[in-house]
Amino acid sequence: MKSKQIKQAIYFSLLRFSIVIILSGLLLILFFIGVRGVKVLSWEFLTQMPKEGMTSGGILPAIIGTFYLTIGAILFALPLGVFAAIYLTEYARQGRLVKLIRIGINNLAGVPSVVFGLFGLAVFVKFFGFGVSILSGALTLGIVILPTIIRASEEALLVVPQSFREASLALGATKWQTIRKIVLPNAISGILTGSILGIGRAAGETAPILFTAATFYIIRLPRSFFDEVQALPYHIYALMTEGTHPESQMPIAYGTALVLLFLVLSIDSVGIIIRNQFRKKKKW
Amino acid sequence: MHQRCKELLIKHIFLFFALASIFFLLGIVIVLFKEGLPIFKIVRVKDFILGKSWYPTYDPPDFGILALILGSLWVTFGALMIAIPLGVSAATYISEVAHPRVKEIAKPVVELLAGIPSVVYGFFGMVILAPWLQDVFNLPTGLTCLTASIILGFMALPTVVSISEDAISAVPFSYKEASYALGATKWETISKVTVPSAISGITTAIILGIGRAIGETMTVLMVAGGAAVVPRSFLRPVRPMTATIAAEMGEAPVGSDHYHALFGIAIVLFIITLGFNLLADHLAATFRRKMGQ
Repeated sequence: MKSKQIKQAIYFSLLRFSIVIILSGLLLILFFIGVRGVKVLSWEFLTQMPKEGMTSGGILPAIIGTFYLTIGAILFALPLGVFAAIYLTEYARQGRLVKLIRIGINNLAGVPSVVFGLFGLAVFVKFFGFGVSILSGALTLGIVILPTIIRASEEALLVVPQSFREASLALGATKWQTIRKIVLPNAISGILTGSILGIGRAAGETAPILFTAATFYIIRLPRSFFDEVQALPYHIYALMTEGTHPESQMPIAYGTALVLLFLVLSIDSVGIIIRNQFRKKKKW
Repeated sequence: MHQRCKELLIKHIFLFFALASIFFLLGIVIVLFKEGLPIFKIVRVKDFILGKSWYPTYDPPDFGILALILGSLWVTFGALMIAIPLGVSAATYISEVAHPRVKEIAKPVVELLAGIPSVVYGFFGMVILAPWLQDVFNLPTGLTCLTASIILGFMALPTVVSISEDAISAVPFSYKEASYALGATKWETISKVTVPSAISGITTAIILGIGRAIGETMTVLMVAGGAAVVPRSFLRPVRPMTATIAAEMGEAPVGSDHYHALFGIAIVLFIITLGFNLLADHLAATFRRKMGQ
């Protein structure tokens, strides 16, 4: 009996150790990028244009570019995703069509990000002639985050109790009136959470914008949706692989990585916190 | 009557949006094949997939992607060697052993890991992990298959942990009660009843992790080293398919053989990931049926 307990204690500490390794991996990343990135961080770094061929100056255009790309992606994906979720939860009956739609969503979620980039290149950049631009990049990113938005919206719609719908229908409301006035208002916080997580994802993606929107260097800030842009994730990659002064580009890359990490993780944390609150205490 | 028309119209508008995901997926397939198939007029499918040399810009060029496919497979295999033991142990711990308070910390940690952009992982691999490995193993370069595997392993972890954890938590309590009633300890119950019952769910998690690792682009582009040779050792540079596409598409003139060949690689990549995703879908459905949900 005793030996069984010792064995159990050993195995449990092995399991615990796996958590320790994962946690230390996360902390290592946060630590190195935090400590080295914070050295270059300053008000000027965030608000100035790059100078002297990327070897000094700030990252303002990359911040603005990421902002535009992300907003564009969410404007495209949010209505699409919410409407799809409404169909799946409110209208669809279980059947072959729904099964097919689900397979479509699951597989879209599994498409490698660089393949989205190729799709964006062939369709938005070339076929529609949008060129390498904010528009092409935002649309491509929108497709990347679509499955995230659909799933989160579905989850939010499903937790609205069936009795709410029945009560509304019993009062003579039509299905659409019920969805618009009862279901959606009750699901809105969940849907917002989904879009927040989608924003976090879109802000950090690099491969989809590689050939559709991003450029290493622009002389002026973008003026229209047809301009190409700098973006935070691409900027990190470009600083590490292009340019002629790696030693002076590296600190800027650290700073950019810290800004991106801070941005994405705070967006995600807000999403996760709201979601957990929402799951814990439902109004009904 | 007017009302009913309107309701019907609205329903169909929603249906149209619900079909968008399928449209996009089909769109991707069409684009990949339209832009990728022309390469097979120049090389045979067999020579493309089994050809060992990739010199797309030489004259005459060589379009053999075996080294790239093997590069992807090696890196993914290495990542799994890290993600499976760590991920399944962590999921088991979180689901069955951890104190609720530990659980409340561990789950967000895993979610944060999922939230870190891949380019940041790649950057970390380049500036911290690669120099360290280069030092430890005394290598000419730290950008190797092993470096990419370690980073990718951590990137696949959130998928493996969260889906395995769902699967392990879904095992009915009555199974465990039956095991305890027979006098089994907690560990015996976990290792012989709970985890084996969740095995198809855990397999789903692993397969989705594979899909994640094989399709990951920025990390391997930055840390795998980029040598388009058939991999021989984990301590040498490799060049996975995704990295090849990302690195070369910018330079390949639209419509050139090189351009079509890169789309050809994307077809191979897409078919592999699609296969894994469909398999994961199928296994997940099997698991749900088994657990009576």
